This record gives sequence, structure tokens and C-alpha cells, in this order.
Amino acid sequence: MNPTLFLIFTSLLKIVGIVFVVILPMVSYSVYAERRVSALIQDRLGPNRVGPAGLFQPIADAMKFILKEDFTPANVNKFYYWLAPCLAMVPALMTIAVVPFGSTLFGVPMVIADINVGVLYVFAIASLGVYGIVIAGWSSNSKYPFLGGVRSSSQMISYELSLGLAVIPIFLLVGQLRLTDIVRYQIENGWMIAPFVGHWTDGWKWLLAIPMSISFVVFTIAIFAETNRLPFDLPEAETELVGGYHTEYGSMKFALFFLGEYAAMITGSAIIVTLFLGGWHLPVPWWNHAHGFHWLLIDGSLGGWRGVIGGLFNIFVFFGKVSVLLLFFIWVRWTLPRFRYDQLMRLGWVFFFEIALVNIFLAAIIIACLPQ
Amino acid sequence: MAITVSRPKLNWSERLYLPAILGGMAITFGHLKNMLLGRTKVTMQYPEQKWDSQMPDHYRGAPALVKDEGGRVRCVACQLCEFICPPRAIRIVPGEIPLGERFAKVEKYPEKFDIDMIRCIYCGMCEEVCPEQAIFLRKDYAITGYTRAEMVHDKEKLIEIGGVMHGLVLKWNEKK
Ligand code: SF4
Ligand code: SF4
Repeated sequence: MNPTLFLIFTSLLKIVGIVFVVILPMVSYSVYAERRVSALIQDRLGPNRVGPAGLFQPIADAMKFILKEDFTPANVNKFYYWLAPCLAMVPALMTIAVVPFGSTLFGVPMVIADINVGVLYVFAIASLGVYGIVIAGWSSNSKYPFLGGVRSSSQMISYELSLGLAVIPIFLLVGQLRLTDIVRYQIENGWMIAPFVGHWTDGWKWLLAIPMSISFVVFTIAIFAETNRLPFDLPEAETELVGGYHTEYGSMKFALFFLGEYAAMITGSAIIVTLFLGGWHLPVPWWNHAHGFHWLLIDGSLGGWRGVIGGLFNIFVFFGKVSVLLLFFIWVRWTLPRFRYDQLMRLGWVFFFEIALVNIFLAAIIIACLPQ
Repeated sequence: MAITVSRPKLNWSERLYLPAILGGMAITFGHLKNMLLGRTKVTMQYPEQKWDSQMPDHYRGAPALVKDEGGRVRCVACQLCEFICPPRAIRIVPGEIPLGERFAKVEKYPEKFDIDMIRCIYCGMCEEVCPEQAIFLRKDYAITGYTRAEMVHDKEKLIEIGGVMHGLVLKWNEKK
């Protein structure tokens, strides 16, 4: 087949597959997981009626949202009011394009767009998400959504700084922005925060894991703030702002905001996994006579059915890691109370910003002293 | 005079918040674990499991007209309950007992007795005000319906819910 045609065809297949078969069901089931886990944490049971163990609850929810009356309040700015929910959902889904979610399957790399500005693209698109919220708050023509929008914009600006600064140590180390290269590096040298693979007895690797772990913590917290998750859910603080930026929304438009938040969580977790937790890579401890103890790399490079299984295994590992992070997100949400607004700002500007900055120097010094 | 409340001094580990956060997460995880292991007693699964057997006698469920041991509906259509009912849920049409019956010219009887269960707030005022001990709040609480009309309990329904009440004051019956 013509290589261009082949590329277009496989890309379309990957887009449809990843968005409709993996991400969207994952979004609806993370809502379900949120409800079940929060219930269990609070000694309740959660939705357990629709289907076995309530597993069809997301379908029922979706039906309800679709069948509800699509009401547009009279005094809103119609164009922006309609635009905002799309802006909340679309950027969250677009970021996944550059994330390698598997090795190869039938020789096709499992990443939709392997572009060399990788992470910059992620930051550029992810920060578009704030426009959805700001526009929603502004166009609703109502004071609570407006306050939510204002809070959201200032929060995003404050935390995007630490988000950007936290990943710089990785680029210092890897020298590439392309996410597949970062994963490749982690396969050869071990995960950023737990470099077991490769020459894991090397002291400098573990020394490097210190700034990487700091980066990991700062980045994860900044992702919490970016996705408006508790303890950073000031834009929609129910107790203060009714519903925050989506107070005036109902039916499917509200659902888009709601699902957009979860989609952002999933892409955020995917980025964290790719940058710090080895992406789709899961080293398997192995022992044979020729090599002794070593880590086995499973990927799709083998021929025949073993390659296919390896490729599928990698995809499975990637989304498994993402799911674990999602559960962590949920767990944190049902543990921590919301920050006060000034605390949030101080934390962002005085604490995380400084930590990320110092961390860059720390990483740079360690890398400069590395034995080549 | 204003009282100054001194804030506790936090040491550095408390100011870092991380130990507190981890402690909180350990607590929530403990609850999650106990739930998953089935160690926590959870909410009743309502439609399947009910609490009815343990319901106390003073439970205030749906108001209903009761019969005495003699099988007579005791309401005399005095309409006191209709007047006292705070949300005006009760509608009574009083009627004359036909001549020739034992209680003719002695009391009235309710021709119609409707309680709109959408309006009723289960306050028990009707029970309290009734001079004849004719209306009681029974233990029915799952009052549902698809239409507003279904939610209005008429006399037959009220008598059906009410059933027979034992131990009522019967001193008037001999005098009538
Ligand atoms: S319980 Fe209260 S509200 Fe209900 S019918 Fe009796 S007086 Fe009216
Ligand atoms: S139920 Fe009692 S208060 Fe109400 S009309 Fe009958 S006798 Fe009077």
C-alpha cells in the first residue's frame, strides 16, 4: 500500500480506537469508579442497582443526560454559551494524540502523532481547557459562574508554571521533547522515579531519582490543579459557588463539562505515566542460564502472534497504570478538604514554583557531574 | 472585650502538611479496605430489606381511619381534623346517618373522607385533635403513585390502612 495512505488509514484507526473504544468508556467508568470508591470510603455502597454491581450505571447516566431537556437560559451569550462545553471536552481528548500508549501492534507504532515537540504540544493544548471554563463563566451572565471562571483562570496560570518547570529536569536528562524518546530512555535506563532497569546499581541513577521524584510530586499536584480536582476544585466549589462555572448548564452541555473533567484527568494521568512511570513499559523479572537474572522487555517487536500479544500487553500495562493513577486521584479527592483561595495561591507561587525552580538546578548539577 | 484566640504553633513537619495528608489518606483507605472485606455494617438495601419489624408503635406514618373492636368506623365527621390540618390535606363531606339505624340522630358520619398524601406532612395533628380517637397515624410510609389522583387516599383506602385499633376508650357507646 502507498505509505501515505497507510499512515492516514492507521492514524484514523488509532484515533477512533483510542478515543471511542478506550478513552470515552474509561471516562464514563471513571465516573462510576468515583461514585463507588467515594461511597466505599464513606461506608456506603454507591450505585449498585443497574446491572451486576451497578456496572451499567454509566449507560443509564448517559441516557438520562441525553433525554433531558436542553435548556438555554434567556440572558446568556448564546454563541459562547454553546462553545464553552466543547472547549472543555475537546482539548482534553486532543492531548492524548501525542502520548505513546503502547509499543507497536502489527508493526504500527501505538501513538497517534509522534511529533518532536511532544510535551510542548501537551501544555499548549491542555491550557486551552481553561478557556472552556472561563468562557462558560463569562457567557452564563450570572455571578457564581463568573466567580468560578475567574478563579479557574488564576488557578491555571499559577499552576501551569510549576507544571512546566517540573518537567524540565526530564528534558535536561533525556535531551528530547518527543514523548516516545522519553519512554525509550526509561526502557533503557529505568523509570524516572524508580530506575531499576539497566545498570540499576549505578549510584548516580538513584541520585537522579531524587530530583525526578520531586518533579513527580510537583507535577502530579499541578495536574490536580489543572484538572480542577479536589483539593483544588475552587472553580466549582459547591459550598461557595453553587456549582461554579457550570451553574447555568444542564443536560448534555453539563455532561460535557463533567466528562471533560474526567477526560482531562485521564490525559493528565497518561502524561504522568509517560513522563515519570515508564509509559507502557513494565519490566518483568526473568532468569535464565545465559544471562542470569535480568529484566525482560516485552514489546511488539517480536514476529508473529508473540509480537501481537506483546503489543496488546503494553497497551494494557499503560492503561493499567493510568487506572491506578485515576484511583489515586479519586482517593485524594475523598480525603482532603478544599484549600482556601489565598492558601491555594500561596502554595502555587511561593511553594511549588520555588521547589520546581530549585529542583531544576539540583538536576542540572547532578547531570553535569555525571560520568559520561 | 474581644478575646484573642492564640493559634497553635505548628512545628515544621506539621507545616509541611504531608504527614497530615498521608494520615488522612490512611484513614480513608482503612474505611475502603474494611468495606471491601465486608467488615463494615452498611446501609440497608431498602426495597429488599426493611426495618418494619423494628418500627416503634409511635411511628408517624400515613394517617388512617380506624375501626374499634366492634368493627365500627369511629369517625363522626366533626371536621376538627380538617380544620387543624396545617397543610389542609384533609377534605371531609359529612353525612346524616339514615333514620332507623342505631346511631341515627346521634352522630354524623363522613360521606367522603379524602387525605391528599402529597400535602400531608405526617405531623399527627389530626390524631391529636380527634375527639373520637378515630384517626391515627399508622406505620405505612411508602406512599407512592403515578398520578396526583392516585396519591389521594379516599375513605375506603383510609379504612383499609387503618384496620382495627384495640384498647380505645368506649365509654360513650353505652350513652348514645
Ligand atoms: S398528619 Fe398532619 S398533615 Fe397529615 S392529615 Fe394529619 S393533620 Fe394533616
Ligand atoms: S377523624 Fe376525628 S377529628 Fe376527624 S372528622 Fe372524624 S371524628 Fe372528627
